[in-house]
Amino acid sequence: MIQEKHKGMSLIVKTITRLTVGFIILYGIYIISHGHVSPGGGFAGGVIIALSFIHLMLAYGKEETLKRLPHNAASILESIGALLFLMIAVLGFTGGSFFLNFIPKGEPFRLFSAGIIPLCNVAISFKVSAGLFAIFVALVLLKLDTEKKE
Amino acid sequence: MTLYLLCLLLFCLGIYCVLRKRNIIKIIVGLIISEYAVNLFFILIGYRMQGRSPIFDQKADILNMVDPLPQALVLTSIVIGVASMALLIAIAMRIYEKYGTFDITQIKELRG
Amino acid sequence: MLGLHILLVLMIIGAIIAIEVKDLLSSVVAVGAVGLCLSIVFLILKAPDVAITQLVVEILALIILIRATLKKDLPFSTSGRWLVNTFITGAFIVVLMVIAAKCFQDLPKFGYPDMRVARTYLSEGMAKTGATNIVAAVILDFRAFDTLGEATVLFAAVISVLAVVRRVGRKKEGQQEEEEEY
Repeated sequence: MIQEKHKGMSLIVKTITRLTVGFIILYGIYIISHGHVSPGGGFAGGVIIALSFIHLMLAYGKEETLKRLPHNAASILESIGALLFLMIAVLGFTGGSFFLNFIPKGEPFRLFSAGIIPLCNVAISFKVSAGLFAIFVALVLLKLDTEKKE
Repeated sequence: MTLYLLCLLLFCLGIYCVLRKRNIIKIIVGLIISEYAVNLFFILIGYRMQGRSPIFDQKADILNMVDPLPQALVLTSIVIGVASMALLIAIAMRIYEKYGTFDITQIKELRG
Repeated sequence: MLGLHILLVLMIIGAIIAIEVKDLLSSVVAVGAVGLCLSIVFLILKAPDVAITQLVVEILALIILIRATLKKDLPFSTSGRWLVNTFITGAFIVVLMVIAAKCFQDLPKFGYPDMRVARTYLSEGMAKTGATNIVAAVILDFRAFDTLGEATVLFAAVISVLAVVRRVGRKKEGQQEEEEEY
């Protein structure tokens, strides 16, 4: 993999990756959106989505992946996640206090229930997935550059 | 009680690795093991005999649930742990790039 | 509870292997084994949220550690003060273990926690927040300030990694120009 880093891994790995990456992202979205009725939530789902992009990067090499999700876009998405979370918190002032659950609760055991908790899950998943992917890309680029020098 | 002691033994193994080893990667490994032990200790304290997980169900109506508070704290702690580990790895790789080794006794110019 | 003891002993064996083995890659893989055992322990202790998070985070940490240790040498140095260092470390750990084992006497017994705060969450959580997963209700509604602080720490970690990794003032040839952007 190190010698032919521009081409990525072999054909078998690439084919399997192309078939499975969509399902991994779908599973991550399921974990995030059902975080308030079943085990899961923003942290686990965000890490799963970051892992799907890392999977793509390990199989196809860095150029192909960075074409789909550039490094700057990852940083911007992380900031958007943080600001979204803070905005939900500040919107609680419409009802009186910080982090107030101002949306109607709905009935339990439904997908659209629990007020702001699904929205907060989405914001946190943006933050975690983009942040961990940015960290991974930074480390990989540093490593490739180090080996180039030697 | 035995479980607490085993957990403490795991923590002490991590501390031993941090204090005694000279390789930076080994030191990071020790920190990771200590972090696992602390997370495990939180969850062990919150466990309840014959309890069920803190998620309500439509059919079952048991109220004998385990403590949800340590689980919430540990959930955030795990993600912070992996982020700080990535920071340590980044610093270690820069040290390797500059000095060509992971050995902390070989790094002569690393002074306060 | 016998399975729990066996898993904990397995974790301790994995930790000893990770600490004492000479090869860095084997050490990292042993840490991965310890983390996966920890995930199963969380599942037995009725914490499915934490188990899922630990599983996926462990895989990510393993990937990062393996990328860091591939093709690196292992320094093999033994300095002269081996005995003194080991003795001091051992003495410190023994003192720590004795004090901590004494402190364990005051903790509530295993399996019978003192749930003074959590009782309120469990009895009123579903009516107040509408979420059936009480852990999600605690981290995003009752104690959302913790999560905000966590988001801040994660942001700081990402910024520091990008700051450590980027290269400023090291332009050599035009070849490295493209790397300067991030």
